[in-house]
Amino acid sequence: MKTLSVDHLLGIKYLTAEDIHLIFETATHFKEVINRPIKKVPSLRDITIANLFFENSTRTKLSFELAEKRLSADVINFSAGQSSVQKGETLVDTVNNILAMKVDMIVMRHPYPGAAHFLSQQVNASIINAGDGTHEHPTQALLDAFSLQEKLGDLEGKRIAIIGDILHSRVALSNIYALKMLGAEVRLCAPKSLLPKHIESLGVSVSTDLMSTLNWCDAANMLRVQNERMELNYFPSTREYSQYYGLTLERLQQLRKEIIILHPGPINRGVEITSAVADSSQAIILDQVENGVAIRMAVIYLLASKLIIPVA
Amino acid sequence: MNPKILLDDKKIEIILHRLCCQLVEQHGDFSNTVLVGLQPRGTLLLDRLKLMLSGMKVMNLKTGKLDTTFFRDDFRRKEEPLNARSTEMNVAVEGRDVILIDDVLFTGRSIRSALTAIDTYGRPKSIELLVLIDRRFSRHLPIQPDYLGAQIDALQGDKVRVVWDEDPIKNIVYLEKQNA
Repeated sequence: MKTLSVDHLLGIKYLTAEDIHLIFETATHFKEVINRPIKKVPSLRDITIANLFFENSTRTKLSFELAEKRLSADVINFSAGQSSVQKGETLVDTVNNILAMKVDMIVMRHPYPGAAHFLSQQVNASIINAGDGTHEHPTQALLDAFSLQEKLGDLEGKRIAIIGDILHSRVALSNIYALKMLGAEVRLCAPKSLLPKHIESLGVSVSTDLMSTLNWCDAANMLRVQNERMELNYFPSTREYSQYYGLTLERLQQLRKEIIILHPGPINRGVEITSAVADSSQAIILDQVENGVAIRMAVIYLLASKLIIPVA
Repeated sequence: MNPKILLDDKKIEIILHRLCCQLVEQHGDFSNTVLVGLQPRGTLLLDRLKLMLSGMKVMNLKTGKLDTTFFRDDFRRKEEPLNARSTEMNVAVEGRDVILIDDVLFTGRSIRSALTAIDTYGRPKSIELLVLIDRRFSRHLPIQPDYLGAQIDALQGDKVRVVWDEDPIKNIVYLEKQNA
């Protein structure tokens, strides 16, 4: 029988390839469950989960909440904007107050890198990182790799490009860790100003040429330009960015082979990807959304299975 | 100590034939019947029943394989994790007569989880239970089989194993004593 090597999901960095395969295997079963007429299982009926979002989120929050409800967990939601955080309460105090209400698991998004890791050392609950600043977004990377595996089969030796704002992207870092762990080759493509220094040390190749990268890869993950995290101008204009790094149908049609297009959302249509590409048959953006629920069910289920109830 | 053989290949063959005859007697041409094998070992029994029924000219049998892991009542109650197996239910159960199939009926808890799991595919007209072995006097829940291969008595800690076609043995049911 298999179990995860970790008690929290803080980042892909802390997982093993066996952990990822176990999550994928479990997610495959949950994907079958969420396509039944009744899409719910009773496994977590005695578990309470708090979703703490200290940063805006639409799809991740909805996806986690749906995954929790499909597993029959009790769910409470918290948004920093409407809370005592505004009155000066610390993160640990906020979470300990929530845990005093007998909460078993915390799903947290936070603007500061390392916030989930810090919390896991301070409080007594399972922590799932739903994105910590520019650091990691593990469930996004898992659902991206799972969606790729569905299309491409085993990712060993497959060529995956991550294109766009690498510098500010937690999705990029988690994807690099996950894809490398599964044996894929990874190439990053962006203007030099949006590539972190020494990123090659993670075992990836780097390019500033979009067309050669697209011709090299089996699949391309198009990242959004994260204007909200930019304090400087990293490129002259959005128009120029989309001219050099935007994925258009014309560019796709010039390639030697058909590639798969991913996007973690939200999409800035006409900037990193045009509507024609986003809505094309090569794009698996909505598959990613569906798989997101199954992957999150798997992660929550596997972590919850470690919260053993003592038998008298 | 060698395990005690409860049923050998010949006896199992006779029992399977009898169970198939009982199924045909109750379900006729099986036009409204779905046979559902429970993962992992009930599906092996289902495969053998299917083979034998096809030899009895029962055609177009509707079957499925159901995993009940996510519906079990011992989640988080064992150090050993519960890993799911695949479910293949490409057949509608709404309004149909469903027969759940498992190799050994022990506490009845697996069958309880199967009764909940099958409901997620629709509301069957009826649900029956077929088992090869009934470990009587060991039930935790009020669940009894409708079609039964053989009844055996075993102590709580004993293990009853059904082996299907594992070279060099063909089919046997044997008992492993807890202190063996």
